[in-house]
Parts: sequence; structure tokens; C-alpha cells
Amino acid sequence: MLKVLHRAMIVAIYLFLLAPIIVVFFISFNSSNRLALAFEPPSLQWYANLLSNQGFIEGARVSFITASITAIVVLLIGVPVSLAVARYRFKFKGAVEALFISPLVVPSVVLGLGLLLVFQPIGLTGTFAGIVIAHTGITIPYVIRTTLMSLTTADVSCEEAAKVLGANSWTTFRRITLPIIFPGLIAGAVMAFIISFDEAVISLFIAGSGRVTLPVEMFRYLQYRSDPEIAALSVVLILISVIIVLVVERAMGLRKVMNG
Amino acid sequence: MSAAKTTQGTPGAAPGDTSRPAPLLPGRGNRSRTRWELLALLIPGLIGLLLAFILPVLAMFRMSLNEHGTAGALVETISIASYQAVLSDPFYWQVIWNTLVMGFGCALAAVVLSYPLALFLVRTTSKWKGVLIALAIAPLLTSAVARTFGWIAILGDQGMINSVLLALGVVETPLRMNNNMFGSTVALVEILMPYSILAMISGFGRLNPALEEAAGSLGASKFKVFTKVTLPLTLPGIFTGFLLVFVLAISAFVTPRLMGGGRVFILATEIYNEATQTLNWPLASALAMILLVVFGLFILLYQRAVKRIDQG
Repeated sequence: MLKVLHRAMIVAIYLFLLAPIIVVFFISFNSSNRLALAFEPPSLQWYANLLSNQGFIEGARVSFITASITAIVVLLIGVPVSLAVARYRFKFKGAVEALFISPLVVPSVVLGLGLLLVFQPIGLTGTFAGIVIAHTGITIPYVIRTTLMSLTTADVSCEEAAKVLGANSWTTFRRITLPIIFPGLIAGAVMAFIISFDEAVISLFIAGSGRVTLPVEMFRYLQYRSDPEIAALSVVLILISVIIVLVVERAMGLRKVMNG
Repeated sequence: MSAAKTTQGTPGAAPGDTSRPAPLLPGRGNRSRTRWELLALLIPGLIGLLLAFILPVLAMFRMSLNEHGTAGALVETISIASYQAVLSDPFYWQVIWNTLVMGFGCALAAVVLSYPLALFLVRTTSKWKGVLIALAIAPLLTSAVARTFGWIAILGDQGMINSVLLALGVVETPLRMNNNMFGSTVALVEILMPYSILAMISGFGRLNPALEEAAGSLGASKFKVFTKVTLPLTLPGIFTGFLLVFVLAISAFVTPRLMGGGRVFILATEIYNEATQTLNWPLASALAMILLVVFGLFILLYQRAVKRIDQG
């Protein structure tokens, strides 16, 4: 009896956790514009509507471009920092590391306001550059963390061997370190992409009347109306993140297999 | 560059010199080159961080010391007028109070709901354990805006619950579960629960089934095993889960704004209103500084708690 109750409780908690996702999934196939679960023949009209919603398409384009550039930029500036922290000896190393992780301990609303104050006078609000700069700040801690993890768990003997054999730092990095930490870099880049793609708060502050990312477009849409079109869009977004995660998991899993 | 390499080389690579052990990376011999390498590695990151993080926070602090002129113009000065305006206005005390109450409510509910699930996930021997853990934290990967919309569809006036209740004739008018603190709190609890589940799973390290079995075999009742063994051992995990949800809830914006429908007044929504609608930047900055300080205090508390758990 107690066991059955316990089971029921666990199932109920899972239902609560997954409720919005399940509901969004069913609503997206409604044929009317009701938000409730309707016992109507399923329809794909809301998905079709998505394709003709210029706001969402433009938002998706802006989000895709900025998230891709952010992932690349944050790799280019984050990996060298991780390399410095993991492989060099210098003063204030702990402080440098803490500094690069610190964007995580500042609320998005606070950072969004600060970025607005800096961007407005120089005309960066509502621009690709502004969004990329803003998202670089919040994603750099994740890239540095995943890269540091790969660097500290990697075997340094190969790097030492390369150095002994006369390779300079760049060659050692390119030929030895980079291939070893590559899966970690991909994981970091994917994380940066997903965070940048989903980020709503900071983008909202710096959007102004200019370019708008998809989450901001959704937020603005939801402030005035809510219909199954948003549900259809949510389902598409959820599917995309599931696919990305599965692909990465697959790639990382394969690596484990190859390493034995 | 290549000439420098061949003349200086790495000391350990000198031909014939096999007695010296290979140096630790990087070569200790050319300090100045190492220093340049280090600078080249750190500077792009530091510039990025300066632009995207340090300058904005400093600009915000500076802005909080300016004044909002009577005509709506910005007055460059150094004063604490904005802080005084906040702290002398009962409305903002109410806003701060609302923020803390919502954070506390979310954290309490999230902990109560996450605890049985985290215990179950730590203990289960099911072959689906990986899938079950993934299901519990998967919501993290879906957009917060999308999940908030899900809650609007569940709790809204024409939402799922109300349409069922109306159809069954249980209520005459829709229950007001949206556009208020209740709706915001329910949605935030669900959105933040994966964090508390994760915090608990990693905080339950000291929980050893052998201890519970020992207590049971020595005659303790199930209730007694739980209160005397399980609960004390899992208390640190509960504590960190609570703090994590609390700090995330007091700084949340999207969910309280959409679920609150403009009728939930917390620090985050007021900062947004002052920054983008009223355009009173000094006041917005002062509110943001207050949020930052409260947030920072609880983050420090959280980090100390995690450190104590890690040390056993």
C-alpha cells in the first residue's frame, strides 16, 4: 500500500514537471484557436501558420545567426583563457578564473540593464553586434568550464613529448591538445549556442526597436495574445533542442567507445 | 619566429642533454616568451569580458548615482537620491517584500516536490535510471518562454483546468489562477525544479543505503529511519537546492512578467518597467543594485554550503 502511494507520488511529480510540455504538444494540433485540450480532429494549421509568420521567421533567422556567431566567438576567446588557466603558471590565476565565471552570479535583468546603458549611447541596441556581445558574456563561463574540464582530465604526457621533440606552443596545441579536447569544445559550443538561442531577458532589454531574437518575438507575442501558434512554435523549438542534445550525446558516446 | 625557436628551443630538447628531466609545460627557459604567450591567450577573453560584463555592471552602478530630473532628463551627478527614492517609498518596500516572498514560496515548494523525486532517483536500481534522470532535468533544455506559455494554457481563464471545471459545472466563473502571484509561483516552481533536483542529487553523496538498512535491522521504524538517518544525511542537499531555487526565483523575469500579466510587482519587473517604459534609468539602476546585493548575499551562502558538502 505504502509502495503504491510512493509510486503514485513520483508519477504525479513527473506529471507536474512535464505538464507544460505535454499540454503544449497537444494544443499545437488543435484545429480551433482554443487553448484547452479540445477533442477535435487534429490539424496542422498552426504549423502552417508558422511558415507565414514573418515576425517568427525573422526572429528565428536573427537567433540562428547570433547564436552561431556567439558560439564561434566564445570558443575563440574562451579556449585560450582555459588553456592559460590549465597549462600556465601565473599570479592571480584563481582570481582570473573566478572573473570569467562571474557572469553566472549576476542576474540577467541586472546584466540586461547594464548592457542597455552601455549600448544605447553608441547605437548598439537592436543590432547583431550588440546581441553577440551580450551573449558572449553569459556563455563564456560555460565554454571555459567545459574546456577546463577536458584540459584537466586530458593526459599531458603527449603534450610534453611534443615539446621535448621541439614543437612550439602553437604546434603542440594544434597537433596534440586540440584533437584531445575537441569533444569538450564541441560540447561547450553547443551549450553556448543553445543558451544564446533561448536567451530572452538580456535580448529583451537591448532589443530597442531594432533586430529581435526569436524568444523576444515570442515574449512580445505572448504579452498580447496566446493561441496554438505559439504552441506549435514551442514544439518545434523543443524538438530542435532534443535533436541537438541527442546528436551531441551520440558523438560524445562514440568518443567513449573509441577510447575503450 | 622559427629562427627564435631553433636558437632558443625548449631546454629539455637540447640534443645530447638526456640527464635533465623534461620540463613542465611550458618551457621554463624562456620566461619572456611564456609571458607573451600568456598575454596573447588571456587578452581576447579579457576584452570580451570587459565589453560584455564588467563595463555594463560598472555603468549601471554609476547610473544609480545619477538623478532623474523633473523634466525626465538625466542629471549627471553623484548622489544617493535614487536609493533614497526607493527606500522611502512604501511601494518599493512592498516590491522587495513580494520578491522575497515569491522566492521563498518557490524555493519551499520546489524543495518539497524535488525531495521525493531526488531520493527516488538516487536510490532506484531501475535500468531506466538514466532516462528517468534525463526526464527530470530535460525541461532545462526547453525554452523558458515556451514552458511559461504551457502554464498559461493550463492555468489561464480559458485554459485547461478552467475549461474542465466550467464544463463540469464545478465553478461558474473561471478561477483566477493566472495574471497573479499564484500563477507566477506555480510556473516558476516547475521551471526551477530541475535545478533543485540536480542540486539534491549531487548533495546526497553521504546517503548510504547501508546506514538505513542498519537502522532498520536494529529495530527502528520506517518513520524513525527517515527522521534519524535519511533526513539528517540529506539536509545539506535540501539546503543547497533551496538556496539555488531562491536566488533563481528572485531574479526571474520572463515567467513573472508573462504569468503576472503586469499585475505582479517584483524587483525584476520593476527594473524592466523603469528601464524601458518610464525611462528612469537612475531608479532602475538603484533597484538593480539592490537586487544584485540580495542575490550576491544568497549566492555566497550557497557557495559556502556547497563547499561544506564537498568537504564532507
